[in-house]
Amino acid sequence: METRRVVFIGVGGQGNLLASRLLGEASLSKGIPAVVSEIHGMAQRGGIVESAVLMGDATSPIVSNGEADVLVGFEPLETLRALGKCNKETVVITNTHTLPPFTVSIGQGTYPPVEEIMDLIRGKAGKVISLDGNKMAAEAGNPLSLNMVMLGALIGSGAISIGPDDMKEVISSSTKEAFLESNLKAFDLGLKSAQ
Amino acid sequence: MHKLLSQDSGKEMLLLGNEAIARGALEAGVSFATCYPGTPSSEIPEQFFRISQETDLYFEYSTNEKVALEVGAAAAISGLRTMVTMKHVGLNVAADPLMTLAYVGVKGGMVIINADDPFLFSSQNEQDNRYYARLSSLPMLEPTSTQEMKDMTVAAFDLSEALELPVIIRTTTRLNHIRGHVTLGDLRPIKTKDTFQKNPFHFVCVPAVSRNLHKLLLEKYDQSLEKSENSGYNQTIGDGKWGIVANGVSFNYVRDAISDLGISDKVSLLRLGFSWPIPKALCASFLKQVDKALVVEELEPVNENDLKAIAQENRITIPIKGKGVGGLSRLFEYDPGMVRKAIAEYFGVDYQAPEGLDLSNVPDLPGRPPNLCAGCPHRATYYAVKEAYGADAINPTDIGCYTLGLLPPISMADMVICMGSSVSSSCGFSSATDQDVVSFIGDSTFFHSGITGLINAVHNNHKFTLVILDNGTTAMTGHQPHPGVDTDPMGVELTQISLEELVRGCGVKDVHLVRPFKLKKTIESVKAAKDYDGVSVIISKEFCPLFARATGQQKKVRPFQVDQDKCKNHRDCINKLACPAMFLEGERVEINSDLCIGCTICAQVCPENAILPLKK
Repeated sequence: METRRVVFIGVGGQGNLLASRLLGEASLSKGIPAVVSEIHGMAQRGGIVESAVLMGDATSPIVSNGEADVLVGFEPLETLRALGKCNKETVVITNTHTLPPFTVSIGQGTYPPVEEIMDLIRGKAGKVISLDGNKMAAEAGNPLSLNMVMLGALIGSGAISIGPDDMKEVISSSTKEAFLESNLKAFDLGLKSAQ
Repeated sequence: MHKLLSQDSGKEMLLLGNEAIARGALEAGVSFATCYPGTPSSEIPEQFFRISQETDLYFEYSTNEKVALEVGAAAAISGLRTMVTMKHVGLNVAADPLMTLAYVGVKGGMVIINADDPFLFSSQNEQDNRYYARLSSLPMLEPTSTQEMKDMTVAAFDLSEALELPVIIRTTTRLNHIRGHVTLGDLRPIKTKDTFQKNPFHFVCVPAVSRNLHKLLLEKYDQSLEKSENSGYNQTIGDGKWGIVANGVSFNYVRDAISDLGISDKVSLLRLGFSWPIPKALCASFLKQVDKALVVEELEPVNENDLKAIAQENRITIPIKGKGVGGLSRLFEYDPGMVRKAIAEYFGVDYQAPEGLDLSNVPDLPGRPPNLCAGCPHRATYYAVKEAYGADAINPTDIGCYTLGLLPPISMADMVICMGSSVSSSCGFSSATDQDVVSFIGDSTFFHSGITGLINAVHNNHKFTLVILDNGTTAMTGHQPHPGVDTDPMGVELTQISLEELVRGCGVKDVHLVRPFKLKKTIESVKAAKDYDGVSVIISKEFCPLFARATGQQKKVRPFQVDQDKCKNHRDCINKLACPAMFLEGERVEINSDLCIGCTICAQVCPENAILPLKK
């Protein structure tokens, strides 16, 4: 089975670990071998959080530079920073809503204008899907459902062999009742924006 | 029911590596588990903590790793199947009991999980603990996947009982924190109590006893070697003339690289899974069947050196290399591309690495280091201490979230080497210099290894202030309890030990209890401690807000906002506190009301009183 390497990049608190875990669950339910790798601990205190899902025959749990098939970025600056994982064929899916790090607030560096960030990403990556994920999450009724929006966009891009129904089944079985409706709505908004 | 208690043998689950280890222990009939948490091992005891609340499993968060191993040793000597888990540097703390427990051995199977951390994702060093197997003569197993983490744990318990020795399973962060498919096996029944059979001439390690026990250990070592030679976890795959040796997660990189490079017919791959004692005969026959060998192992050239010695003993003269080939170094972790490249280079395979993107015109991007959370009480304590002591005092610090006080604008961390070093190094600094010394240690870390340093400080008449950051939990590793915690809200009734009584019991006369969100009073207390001629302790008590939220102990408070009419843009708030809830909108400071939890520190710091509760 051909290996698909999906890298998720985000900021602590954005929920990308849950997104990668659910993708792993969906692979399991479809009978596709998958390894998910996560980083816990110090990195979660507002720092950069990277996870990866390798679907197919590969047994290595991580993705080397230049070898991602898909990069899902939850924050534009972090998407740009993670472009080293990509090559010309990589599908880049990125949120456009910015979350400036505190280093910017205290004057250690400046956050480039988001248009500049997006121009750089578009100028380099082969295929770029961009969306205002936070806006869609808010529209879905839960600001914390950004990860569902991004998961929806990933499935909508068609870059991996998991369909919307399979993904939604996994989301339904692992979401608390109170958040189910907003999570599915967020997923659908992301899905449509990427189709 | 906890998902790891599933009776559904044959069921496939997506498990975290650490969950797979816990499941393996349950399948092996573990009845006794101890630990001190530490990334990347912490999710193993997290499962045991919850499972012990619904089964007969005995589990405890011990005060430190040495204690955990000694508590577990008694259980295993009494006949219970026992697991003790820790991170790699935790085994340094537990090294003292480990070395002589190896002499004494065990009756019930005992498995020690040792989690190494190549690349130092969340550690102070990246030492290679395969050396501990060599130092102690204990068997070591190294899994490569989630499935194997479960299966090998079961096998390790059986091995331990057969050899009457503790068995060490060595993982690395990339294994602990991967999720993969695991097929469940049967849960064995557990034995929750047994009887200790007295035998002082075996268990009391005076010199005359230990001389015999060392002999016994070497006999067991020979038995271990025999088992290692015949273990299914040590095997040669393929019969080509290019030899590759791999262990742990590197085995996956090698296997994928062989497939990617299309060289499987040319390669003999020796996998070392029961890696100590190293199977000498198997290695020798492997070396005899290849023309040259490449050893792929993260961190130290442990297998490489052993293979070279085995080659020498067997008069084999083929080239054996590892470190220095391609990008293979003693530093950090490996990755698939690096291993592919090294294999291609060593064996002369035509290979073009995938072409990455040209990122040469990407400007310098602002960093995003981890930061203390919005509303973290440590930020308030740091502010108060700096107000009282100024920026020139020496600040020994310790291991926990508060180590992030290293970063500007707080910049109040001058030295940390290990758990507890804040207190003892303060003794040294205060005597070796004339500088002020004020040090920081978390509550859990103080119980772990700060107490002995504090007794030392009082006894030897040192002069410094120790700030104990008492946030009611072990925050960094995921909110485990410790002896100072009220565990009732977590569903277990354990005896809480008063930090203040403990500190006074260590002989400290000048003790201050402060609530860090009361800034003015806290600053006054720190000033009083600074003026005291001797050892002062400040206990700064406020819940970790993440823990308070998780356990329903959070107070209802309103978030704050900046009154832009009053604000004169001094920016003391942002420049001195750098709370992640604050950001600049153009040139004006704003507060993100989704992140702000109303700790009020910025409002207390603002010279214009321009930070006010958000209007409803």
